[in-house]
Amino acid sequence: MNARRTTFHPKWHRERMPIFWWLRKWNYTKFITRELTSFAVGYAALFFLAQIACAARGEESWSRLQAWLRTPAVLAFHGIALLFLLIHSVTWLNLAPRALSMRLGGRRVPSGAVLAGHYAAWLLASAAVAWVLVGTGR
Amino acid sequence: MKRSREPFFWALFSSGGMLAALVLPALLFLTALAGPLGWVTIRGVGEFREIVHSPLARLVSFVLVFLSLFHWAHRFRYTLYDGLQLYHLNALIATVCYGGASALTLAAAWVLWLAG
Repeated sequence: MNARRTTFHPKWHRERMPIFWWLRKWNYTKFITRELTSFAVGYAALFFLAQIACAARGEESWSRLQAWLRTPAVLAFHGIALLFLLIHSVTWLNLAPRALSMRLGGRRVPSGAVLAGHYAAWLLASAAVAWVLVGTGR
Repeated sequence: MKRSREPFFWALFSSGGMLAALVLPALLFLTALAGPLGWVTIRGVGEFREIVHSPLARLVSFVLVFLSLFHWAHRFRYTLYDGLQLYHLNALIATVCYGGASALTLAAAWVLWLAG
């Protein structure tokens, strides 16, 4: 994390940093891409809310939403959003063994097991979401 | 010394990140891609409303939206802070991010309240 900023500090020399400094190296680009996945997370949550709002408003509002979802531009946009969500999930779950040190019977659980546990949880959660959402279309 | 509010926002960021990682890819894939493309049959408006009618489903939906929004707020705040090096706008950025997430969370509560 950054040091606290001081408005006037006579001793520091600051290089001017161009806005797109993170495009210079692949690792920096990866870092910023991972950080920007938060937009996909926020969007997905609001989209979910919009679906609930449309369903609550009734048949007509719902079918308009469904027609909008079938337009090619929207499908492409959601494809990209899904890609960013997957980057979020993978990078987030891969950090779990480092963020979490679990002990079982006095011994540290190996990081491979922690990782496998998190991926299993992802699979289960996805299955639960599918169980809730897949239906008859009525 | 003033106590830092940082741990509070960090806790929201991290629980939101975990919930989003587990749930959102499947949710978006099914409702925005697989459903509209006809790969699977998603629940229709009638079934959807039955689910939303239950207070538990609305509570779970609220928690999901709330935590995801605060995940965005916290992470984007630091993306601007580190990525664009906007140290001098720190207070403004924090206000816009957390304030925006709070306003949208209130809107979510309103929508879910009315949906019942």
